[in-house]
Amino acid sequence: MIEKVTKVVKKKRAKFTESLIHEIAQAAQRHDLDDDELDELVKRVKKAYERAKIEAGEAVGTVAAQSVGEPGTQMTMRTFHYAGVAELNVTLGLPRLIEIVDARKKISTPTMAIFFEDEYRNDEEFVRTIANQIGKSTMNDILQDFHINYAENNVVAELNMEKIADKRLNFDDIINRVEKAFKKVQIDNNLLSFEPAKSSIRELRLLADKVRDLQISGVKNIGRVVIRKEEEEWVIHTEGSNLGAVLKMEGVDKVRTTTNDIHEVEKVLGVEAARNAIIHEAQRTMDEQGLTVDVRHIMLVADMMTADGSVKSIGRHGISGEKASVLARASFEETGKHLLRASIRGEIDHLTGIIENIIIGQPIPLGTGSVGVVMKQK
Amino acid sequence: MKKDILKHELVPDHVILSKSEATKTLKKMDIHPEQLPRIKSDDPVSKAIGAKEGDVLEITRKSSTAGKFVTYRLVQD
Repeated sequence: MIEKVTKVVKKKRAKFTESLIHEIAQAAQRHDLDDDELDELVKRVKKAYERAKIEAGEAVGTVAAQSVGEPGTQMTMRTFHYAGVAELNVTLGLPRLIEIVDARKKISTPTMAIFFEDEYRNDEEFVRTIANQIGKSTMNDILQDFHINYAENNVVAELNMEKIADKRLNFDDIINRVEKAFKKVQIDNNLLSFEPAKSSIRELRLLADKVRDLQISGVKNIGRVVIRKEEEEWVIHTEGSNLGAVLKMEGVDKVRTTTNDIHEVEKVLGVEAARNAIIHEAQRTMDEQGLTVDVRHIMLVADMMTADGSVKSIGRHGISGEKASVLARASFEETGKHLLRASIRGEIDHLTGIIENIIIGQPIPLGTGSVGVVMKQK
Repeated sequence: MKKDILKHELVPDHVILSKSEATKTLKKMDIHPEQLPRIKSDDPVSKAIGAKEGDVLEITRKSSTAGKFVTYRLVQD
């Protein structure tokens, strides 16, 4: 059916999108249309489609700004969402939307959703092992007994083998890390005794804190992890994010595992992925607040932000600050700076944009104003 | 690992266009290559598919409005 519709569409010289062709094919099947009826349908759809298309010279940017801005006024100023059972909090609402559009390097609550490949999806044991490799744990988490021996001037730590087993950690790895971090350490099975570099009570106490805070497992930039069962499979949610390192891990789903940090997506997966991440994150933020914005507006924003090959913010340091026209930049922010620089460099304003032409009182290049007259050269 | 990122759901298909294909598509759109959006030559995807500066990439995105959408990017340093 789809092939048939495609043929008819081609015959009618219409350029339809894939989803539109699918819809027509479905409708044709449902109503059992014959060839003439299908022809008529395509003809009418073409007419409606042409009418619905954005015309050249339409101010799509302004419409997008208004369409995202208006629902933005209804957003809760400060909301925290608890992903699932009140464990991880994630910035949402207006602060999150601002974060996305500003293309912040450091977002306030980076988080990852880690999925697993088919064979490990329901393997709780495997998922817990990975979770403990990813999540940060310190010596403090695996201690059985810990005390400072002032008489012998050392710190004694007894490791709890059960806790180590529960966290699926490797005892030898822990010992290696301990030996690397502390020079003067004596290891007798699970009994570790540390000696300070200088013998003073102050040093001893500092050493005790250092021993307790020694990180024995975890991926850089990732803190706590939460393991949850979502629709028949195990998923790890993290506080903090490190997409590059996690994607390299064995058993991790390299297709669906994501982060909410757009710059990290750009670094690991490229600009096109960053574009998708912007659309996805912005839409999720709006949806969560019960607001609906047409994706096309968000797509336009994402396209602008990624047009030059890297993620650029909207505003002073990004798109608005890089406009070609001096007058357009000066009318936005930092007026003095732009005018001064332009005069020093001798910049030329070609008056091709909207703002420049409003400033000097000419018709603006929008809609019917975007056409000019060119003389034929002989 | 290099190729793995191409399978990720956020990454659309990138294909390097040959010189003749690139000129043809640019002519069809009636634009210069500089008018295309860019992609960096050290972009993870550019590196994975071995794109060089000056190449035109054809990107087939999955779109929630159009189903499939084809766009182009110029590789630049």
